[in-house]
Amino acid sequence: MTTTTERPADHFDPDTRRVPPMGGFNATMLGIELRRMLRNRRTIIFTLVFPIALFLAFGSQDGWDTSVGRGNVAAYVMVSMAFYGAALTAAAAGAMVAVERAQGWSRQLRLTPLSPTAYIATKALLALTLGALAIVVVNLAGVIQGRASMDAGVWVASALLTLVCTLVFAALGVFVGYLVPSENAMQILGPGLALFAFLGNVFIPITQGTLMWHIASFTPMFGVAEISRSVLTDDLPWYAVLNAMVWLAIFVAGAAWRMSRDTARV
Amino acid sequence: MTSTTLLPTRRAAVSLAGVTKNFGSVPAVRGIDLEIHPGEVVAFLGPNGAGKTTTIDMILGLSQPTSGEVRVLGLTPRHAIARGLVSAVMQTGGLLKDLTVAETIAYTASLFADTRPVAEVLDTAGITAIANRKVAKCSGGEQQRLRFAMALLSNPALLLLDEPTTGMDVEGRRAFWSSIRRDAATGRTVLFATHYLEEADAYADRIVLISQGRIVADGSGAQIKALASGRTIRACVHDVDTAAIASIAGVDSVNLAGDQLTVHAGDSDAVARYLLNQTDAADLEIVTKGIEEAFLRLTGSNDKTDGNLR
Repeated sequence: MTTTTERPADHFDPDTRRVPPMGGFNATMLGIELRRMLRNRRTIIFTLVFPIALFLAFGSQDGWDTSVGRGNVAAYVMVSMAFYGAALTAAAAGAMVAVERAQGWSRQLRLTPLSPTAYIATKALLALTLGALAIVVVNLAGVIQGRASMDAGVWVASALLTLVCTLVFAALGVFVGYLVPSENAMQILGPGLALFAFLGNVFIPITQGTLMWHIASFTPMFGVAEISRSVLTDDLPWYAVLNAMVWLAIFVAGAAWRMSRDTARV
Repeated sequence: MTSTTLLPTRRAAVSLAGVTKNFGSVPAVRGIDLEIHPGEVVAFLGPNGAGKTTTIDMILGLSQPTSGEVRVLGLTPRHAIARGLVSAVMQTGGLLKDLTVAETIAYTASLFADTRPVAEVLDTAGITAIANRKVAKCSGGEQQRLRFAMALLSNPALLLLDEPTTGMDVEGRRAFWSSIRRDAATGRTVLFATHYLEEADAYADRIVLISQGRIVADGSGAQIKALASGRTIRACVHDVDTAAIASIAGVDSVNLAGDQLTVHAGDSDAVARYLLNQTDAADLEIVTKGIEEAFLRLTGSNDKTDGNLR
């Protein structure tokens, strides 16, 4: 019974208490968070199955073997779809804060030693892990399909670069998760990201120099998509880098701003 | 530093000094000074909107006072929470529906430097059998037991409960409070908010009555009930010995403002006899009031806030 396990009252002395290292950041929490995401069927379908389907559809068009930079069109489409899948997954991971806020979990976490920095680090790592999963899955589909062609070095470098780029959308997910006061954040992010993908040269190439292209070059996926393909295309325009930096700054600042004002009681 | 000489036992569990809180231009807490000693079970009693929850939020560090200072065991709320010294049980929310009971406990435990063993906590809370159940599939009572288990993980010195028994039936309420009392016997300080006088009286060592952002009474259940019962005698007096009145049997409080004397007493006859015979008291009036009426008067909620009790 309880009496045998009670600590003496001197355990209540603040001097006997320790603060957890790294603001409470730990592997147990990360593991449970990861399991949570992987148990969610909708997340799995939209972030893993959907990009593979898109890749198989777009990557099999006529002219798939046309040379692009250091590879072929099929490789180009594969990197693009891996990026799209990873961005969607990372955004979904970030948008989980909407669910957590709606259920009062964010508030509960504020009653624990978990620091905001450790919380963000956990969410970022989670987004990266799931983004990596999406990238691996699309790349595996590419290998099995057998049309994508590029050097192994280019292949690996593209995948890693794509992974880093997905952080932009993890930040967007957190931002939207704080903006939308419900569990519907993904219903906004899903179509929103699809639109950005069309505008950002991810699904269909837009002819450089046209009015459409100029508009596209200001949208949030344009820059990071260029960057993620830059090893393959052997081309990294300055405006793509600028685009990516500006949107990353906007999403991170937006997320930080909403988070700092989050005092909602549930 | 000189602060090291302070003995832990001398540290107030909670200390509020001149605390105010405004939301925009609306004052929610208008100046609270309060010291809660280690091991006390204290009830914050007051009607809805009295400032109880706002005050609890400040003790938990969830919001900052507009002015004044909040200390928990001599630390800022955030530092106290980082050491696992403070926990709270909320009446709703605070749980992730897609986690299992065991995952919820393991997750929470992982955030603290030291906790009681997860298995032991599950067992104490009586939720071992449902450890692998999703939170969404747990009943309201099971979720409340889970919240309670989470709050006790870090073996906190101070436990805050905001309207903890809302929605519980009589039996659940009794079981809840008996476990809280048992727990408080280990020396844990418990502060709970309620708007039920009976609940405060039955389970708290001390009742702090809050109304419109201020403390209007502070004492044992018996003292608060005495304030709320008996009769009030008012008179206009020019020359009076208040100590003599206070010594009359049954007198709870004596207040002299200018020549206006107000006495609360169980035995109003004895006071009236004394005033009329021994002093120049004039315009003497005796007012009777029931507990509810007195409580409403003390908490100033005889306006719109609790219309059904008017």
